[in-house]
Amino acid sequence: MKLIYEKSVAGRRGLKLPASDVPRAADLPKNLVRQESAGLPEVSELDLVRHFTNLSRRNFSVDTNFYPLGSCTMKYNAKITENVAPLFADSHPMTALLPGGESSSQGALGLLFELGGLLAEITGMDEVSCQPLAGAHGEMTGIMLIAAYHRAKGNRKKYVIVPDSSHGTNPASAAMVGYEIITIPTAPYGDMDLDAFRAAMNGEVAAVMMTCPNTLGLFNPHIKEICDIAHEHDALMYYDGANLNAILGKVRPGDVGFDVIHVNLHKTFGTPHGGGGPGSGPVGVKKELIPFLPTPRVIMQANGSFALETSNPQSIGRLANFFGNFGVMVKAYAYIIMLGREGLIEVSEQAVLNANYMMAQLKGHYDVPFDLTCMHECVFSAARQLKHGVHAIDIAKYLIDRGHHPPTVYFPLNVKEAIMIEPTETESKETMDAFIAVMIEAAEMAEKNPEVLHEAPLTMPVSRLDETKAARDQNVCFGPW
Amino acid sequence: MSYSPNTPEDIREMLAAIGAASVDELFAPIPAELRAQSFALPGGMSEMELLRRMKELAGNDRPLIGFIGGGYYDHYIPAVVDHLSGRAEFYTAYTPYQPECSQGTLQALFEYQTIICRLTGMEVSNASLYDGGTALAEAAMMALRVTGRNRLVIDAAVNPFSREIVRTYLTNLGVEIIEISSKNGLVDRQALTAALTDQTAAVILQNPNFFGTVDDLSDIATAAHEKGALLITSVYPISLGMLKSPGAMGADIVVGDGQSLGNPLSFGGPSFGFIATTKKYIRNLPGRIIGETLDRNGKRGFVLTLQAREQHIKRHKATSNICSNQSLCALRGLIYLTSVGREGLVELARLNYDKAEYAKGVLGAVKGVQLLNAVPTFNEFTLVLAKDAAAVVRQLLDSGVAAGVPLGAYYEGMDNCLVVTVTEKRTKEEIDALAKQLEAAL
Amino acid sequence: METYFTKEHEWVKIKEGVASIGISEHAAHELGDITFVELPQMGKVVKQFEALAGIESVKAASDIYAPLSGKVIKVNEALNDTPEIVNEAAEDAGWIAWLEPADLAELKNLMSRADYDTYLKGLE
Repeated sequence: MKLIYEKSVAGRRGLKLPASDVPRAADLPKNLVRQESAGLPEVSELDLVRHFTNLSRRNFSVDTNFYPLGSCTMKYNAKITENVAPLFADSHPMTALLPGGESSSQGALGLLFELGGLLAEITGMDEVSCQPLAGAHGEMTGIMLIAAYHRAKGNRKKYVIVPDSSHGTNPASAAMVGYEIITIPTAPYGDMDLDAFRAAMNGEVAAVMMTCPNTLGLFNPHIKEICDIAHEHDALMYYDGANLNAILGKVRPGDVGFDVIHVNLHKTFGTPHGGGGPGSGPVGVKKELIPFLPTPRVIMQANGSFALETSNPQSIGRLANFFGNFGVMVKAYAYIIMLGREGLIEVSEQAVLNANYMMAQLKGHYDVPFDLTCMHECVFSAARQLKHGVHAIDIAKYLIDRGHHPPTVYFPLNVKEAIMIEPTETESKETMDAFIAVMIEAAEMAEKNPEVLHEAPLTMPVSRLDETKAARDQNVCFGPW
Repeated sequence: MSYSPNTPEDIREMLAAIGAASVDELFAPIPAELRAQSFALPGGMSEMELLRRMKELAGNDRPLIGFIGGGYYDHYIPAVVDHLSGRAEFYTAYTPYQPECSQGTLQALFEYQTIICRLTGMEVSNASLYDGGTALAEAAMMALRVTGRNRLVIDAAVNPFSREIVRTYLTNLGVEIIEISSKNGLVDRQALTAALTDQTAAVILQNPNFFGTVDDLSDIATAAHEKGALLITSVYPISLGMLKSPGAMGADIVVGDGQSLGNPLSFGGPSFGFIATTKKYIRNLPGRIIGETLDRNGKRGFVLTLQAREQHIKRHKATSNICSNQSLCALRGLIYLTSVGREGLVELARLNYDKAEYAKGVLGAVKGVQLLNAVPTFNEFTLVLAKDAAAVVRQLLDSGVAAGVPLGAYYEGMDNCLVVTVTEKRTKEEIDALAKQLEAAL
Repeated sequence: METYFTKEHEWVKIKEGVASIGISEHAAHELGDITFVELPQMGKVVKQFEALAGIESVKAASDIYAPLSGKVIKVNEALNDTPEIVNEAAEDAGWIAWLEPADLAELKNLMSRADYDTYLKGLE
């Protein structure tokens, strides 16, 4: 399909702008203006609409396909939540920062405050800041809060501990805050090796970053002990909320012993993934860390009105232009109050049920690295299929031909030929059965007819793109202009 | 009501397949003492009730006629932007890790990267960052990596929120940040050159700057390069319909906020940050990058590329921890710029400029109002009022107008200064009315 | 000429007192198509087993550790334009750098090819 630039014809116009109602001003000096207009596309509105409509049809999406990406929580995005976000479209963030401006933003500020409170109750934390703009951003913010805590106490800390099954954003975020990483291997029971952890823990460890259940979908039976060991050394426990969908209403990281957490509104709280964002990664803390929360902080005053605290001396500072991805928060807020207490508990129950069903139906056909009750996601290995020369990626490509988005492959890194499946609670048994049937078909084909899997996909606009060529050519911009 | 379709019969069948007696049994691995101590949330509600509640909440926000910016701009968003970015195949898709079934997102982001390059005059762009402020912080970190130095020089006329974000990002990294005070809304070139040494990784400026001043930074680019430092510029995309591009000035890294490109104000987000640079620094770019390639049959296609820079491979050595970008917002930006088009952006920039110039004249003529300086501006300019600007703004809010951003909170000694923003959405009537309101307040 | 190997899959050959180093065929195979080699700085001084260089493929990134202590006196510039040489001839034309070795006695800390092959079998 042609690029929009390849469809451009000089002189074509899209949007009609209004005429000016003021006189034409004198031009700026020549050295300040561009000599040639920027090479933007020149297409009619119909051509524009056709182009993007047809582009969209080249995507798989939750609304069109089963999309069981492990660790991503591709649940259904309720349309009513899409409808309510535009209610705040015209609210200028700067209004709330003007002198006397807070009174004109009580709706937005109220939502921010309420959402923070709801997330705090859901996670068992004392206060939540909604400013971080994505999960990884929340992780970085959380580690910065921990760094500020240690600095205030005069602690000298150098390390952050992560399990080897952790998502890459964990060590990357800690490194961005200047810490060195200690990685702990996974034990046969599927989680961080407790003995190795004990041995690695010392007075120079600032924090331990974990997710629970972990990226293998398993709940760590020793999690409380880990928290205790860390706290003995004044290391703080950080909870990566990516897998919160498994434990909503059942377990709260704050109760378990975590000191800082982040949640992913675009995972657990049903806001759309957008093809890779925008997300939102609110951070929750126990009260010892409240003084360090990002600026500005939304507070409720004695008279019940909402205001911004902008001059907290111990705050780590600012992580976003304004208050965070507000438009995403509106959708998450709507989701939470619409589901309510019972609805949210049902989420984790059905998510865990669905994942265990997938595990039960597939374990006869794929290797299971950790044969335990999983939570909201299950991990298989295509090691058995590899004996016939079939890799996890081949199975993924075959699934595409059969109309399913593949699960996550090659993550977590500590499982060879990993296949991570997270159906989420919003999928029906029929959909899952159809997917299971194709997975079983793929397993059988791996033995009898592996070439079919190597040929896949055959039904998409492209097949097996040369990633090496892309990395070597580095062609990331269409020229000339 | 959790949107789970499972009926009691479904649940029974699945439990049988699993070999468990109840759903509770599946949670058995979790010890009793770790169970939630509280889950005190209100009961749920229907769609209808939700809509009512949300309208009520939104109704507590008072609409104002806005002459305010601060990094976010009230521009008209063409109907096609909502319409096309609202297609479910775009917004309910995930990061394009499986390229064969994500060519929609991948090609769109490739087109986005191209449009950012064309707009800014740079050679390579990534597939978006979170916002303009964090993009600036990422650019600073990129310059530190590229040069191996640990000092930055930043102009105080860069957006104060962005500067704060840069400081927050660099807090724990032992980097020295030297801030150069502005002189009457203009960069103090003398102080800047004095601060520039061969230990400086980058010089950071914004154009137009927070006071609205438009400048040609080419000489600063030359000065920086002489010392082996990079020039990082933060730019306002709509202004690039008229102003000299940062690429033409010799900038090494260009960043900015994409809110003004088809993303609503929405109380501060989501928008996107853009970052663009020269080919030689491509490996140092943070975030996702889309590359063109061929498939096994020689057909053109697009993939995520240079992933070895990113967190999921390099982990703690990654160029950044960023995972999600702001894909849908970047898509909106692309659709917006395609709708406005090559000639349209020139016209749009002209509209903004002409209206701001008109406002400058009308407001500058009000008794008790002066312009901060006589330097060129685009669609923002700074006034000096006879009274405290914060008090004037507070007063004018009662009449339903946000007259501008008072600078006292951000710049010392500028309590009487007000930055006024005029976009194509502001009418002559609104501008004339503002002049009258200002006159009354002073 | 004897080739010595490290546990991290680097190799070193000594010729006329100069140490030529690179990554093993096994490592190149594991990485997949090499897309980039981060060559060390000329004159860089390293200790044995310290990080010396970097290498990237489409799906992975790895550090390359110095098999011996020494100073970098030459780098394989050809790898800048054609990193795929490492895939084609990792233990020959795909050499990464030459070091002026500080102490050849350090070779005793490394494995011979036979030992390395045994080591590789043990990893499977």
